[in-house]
Amino acid sequence: MEYVAAIDQGTTSSRCMVFDEGGRIVSVAQREHRQIFPRPGWVEHDAAEIWEAVQGVVADAVTGSGIDPGSLVALGITNQRETTILWDRRTGEPVANAIVWQDTRTDALVTALAPHEQLFRERAGLPLATYFAGPKIRWLLDETPGLRERAERGDVLFGTVDSWLVWKLTGRHVTDVTNASRTMLMNLRTLAWDPELLDALGVPAAMLPEIRPSAEVYGHTGDGVPVAAALGDQQAALFGQTCFSPGETKSTYGSGSFLLMNTGAEPVTSKHGLLTTVGYQIGDAPATYALEGSIAVTGSLVQWLRDNLGLISSAAEIETLARTVDDNGGCYFVPAFSGLFAPHWRADARGIIAGLTGFVTKGHIARAVLEATAWQTREVVDAMNADAGLALTALRADGGMTANNLLMQILADVLGVPVVRPMVAETTCLGAAYAAGLATGYWPGTDALRANWHKAAEWRPEIDPDVRDAEHRNWRKAIERSLDWSTT
Amino acid sequence: MGDTIQSVERAAGILRLLASGPRELGVAELARAMELPKGTLHGILRTLVHVGFVEQDATTGRYRLGGTLLHLGSSYLDVNELRTRSLNWADALAGRSRESVWIGTLHEGGVLVVHHVFRPDDSMQVLQVGTLLPAHATALGKVLLAYDPYGESAGEPLTAHTPATLVTADALAKELELVRGRGWAADLEELVEGEVSIAAPIRDRRAVTVGAIGVRGAVERLAEDGEPRRDLVSYVRDAARAITRDLSR
Repeated sequence: MEYVAAIDQGTTSSRCMVFDEGGRIVSVAQREHRQIFPRPGWVEHDAAEIWEAVQGVVADAVTGSGIDPGSLVALGITNQRETTILWDRRTGEPVANAIVWQDTRTDALVTALAPHEQLFRERAGLPLATYFAGPKIRWLLDETPGLRERAERGDVLFGTVDSWLVWKLTGRHVTDVTNASRTMLMNLRTLAWDPELLDALGVPAAMLPEIRPSAEVYGHTGDGVPVAAALGDQQAALFGQTCFSPGETKSTYGSGSFLLMNTGAEPVTSKHGLLTTVGYQIGDAPATYALEGSIAVTGSLVQWLRDNLGLISSAAEIETLARTVDDNGGCYFVPAFSGLFAPHWRADARGIIAGLTGFVTKGHIARAVLEATAWQTREVVDAMNADAGLALTALRADGGMTANNLLMQILADVLGVPVVRPMVAETTCLGAAYAAGLATGYWPGTDALRANWHKAAEWRPEIDPDVRDAEHRNWRKAIERSLDWSTT
Repeated sequence: MGDTIQSVERAAGILRLLASGPRELGVAELARAMELPKGTLHGILRTLVHVGFVEQDATTGRYRLGGTLLHLGSSYLDVNELRTRSLNWADALAGRSRESVWIGTLHEGGVLVVHHVFRPDDSMQVLQVGTLLPAHATALGKVLLAYDPYGESAGEPLTAHTPATLVTADALAKELELVRGRGWAADLEELVEGEVSIAAPIRDRRAVTVGAIGVRGAVERLAEDGEPRRDLVSYVRDAARAITRDLSR
């Protein structure tokens, strides 16, 4: 038997999973790494520590599975996106801590880019925001004495986490198109670094990795295993859910939620508050693009109900509490804790519970919490349908919250399309393994991957469409009332 | 041991009983289990309700642990928590066995389906979560009855769903003895002709059975020479043990 392994280098931990030809999990290993908070709003990782953890989990996963290390035929990488690492070309050591995607230190830098807003929208497909890698590179070059000169000479290299790991594993300085699409430096149409974008951000070309497809053999590990794929985590989930046709959409439900819709071979510029990104590129084939919508607060609202209100003692109990009532009792919860993300992008919004009466119980509030996740998903799906000129026919859901059957039913009711949960919930790792296995011929093509995808459960809409429309109107009223609250 | 207060000990005993299963208990069941007169029990229950440690259901009159106590850190296992903790293992069982996977708990003498994973062949299937199955005619039910901490019996009379259904109390008692002896249960066309199910117990950290997990499918695939296939039995038991390990963490 031969196997494929995938490294999932995430925000809080690194994991390695080994899969068999049926896409079934053979073994799993996981290690956490430190979150470094030097100042309010700053979040850093130690890239050397991440490299150690990754080596550890790969070794653990191989020994834990009891498989012969020689039977590993491909290694894929998926990673936390946008986190920025700069390292010395000669020593291979990081020159500073990695700046994590959540870090907001580039706030002022990003504000100063306002005159270029249209340029970044059109070329990179991205709004101006602190998440993306470009401003983080600029910040490090500005704040570290002597670094800019070393970068211009090509002595200091930039990479997102995929790039760092491929460098460490194979010695090559490359990145994949999906990770490059999160830097604000890549032209979405040419899939090359864009001189005007580099200029606007003040980033020297000499420090940038070569942009390569998501699936091809980048090089080999010391043990001779081909390193054959790299994908940003959300793109890997899209791939793991086998969303290979235009219109196919996945939604990952964690603390926040990320929806990605495959839009085919042309990038679609959003008019409805979504961002445009590369979905994947397999070998020499043209790239496949995606529209992405992120929702800041979904699962974390359930945690808030548990930790801040104490209404439940575990996240799973939200379903028990919500099932004590038949509907929301007229109550709506807009969890705009730090403003609203896609498709509204309103930093001035704050959370509200609307429609309270003496009748409302904690059960109704629990129901409103679950409905908030469903309605926020609906808003992103509506924006995707409008932008792509496609109509969603089914939503592929993954992530921890898919264990909540009531949420999945509400989601189907609110979207008016079936919601399906795939058999392997670990779609992120699976997507990276799939891409690596395609690049090395372990799987013959995407049809073989589709054949591995199985429905574990399906929820169909049961709601009366009139009731859905009335609820939608109420949700929109609640959204309006959450706006224009914060002035800071 | 020094002096102890008997009524506090009895109150603790009642709480332990209510915490050891997901179901509500009536005064008669509690009285039997505690070996106390109903009058004595009523007094203690009234006090426990007063302090919020126990709640009485307004319609059934049965008792359950109160919300106050849950926040003190009880180990009562919510069925939705059970599903969440079982999710990955249930998927893995469906992947290995190529059959549909079911998790159930006892509810009003029947088996409440709390989790269901489709058979991975992409045929048309409908989610059965929330369905109530007869306990005496399913592998899930036999496991739950065999290991029920209160020795609950299946609802009388035992309905014949097929010619193979066990319909006498004696036959069922003998079957449950067998289940306890080998640690798993099977139903061979006892609920639906042509269908077989296999199940094993899920236990919590106190070794109390809190649910059962199993597979269900066509007799041609699940049985050989009138016996459940050995490899499927071990897949089911592996999954049950994995969830049990997870719950005791």
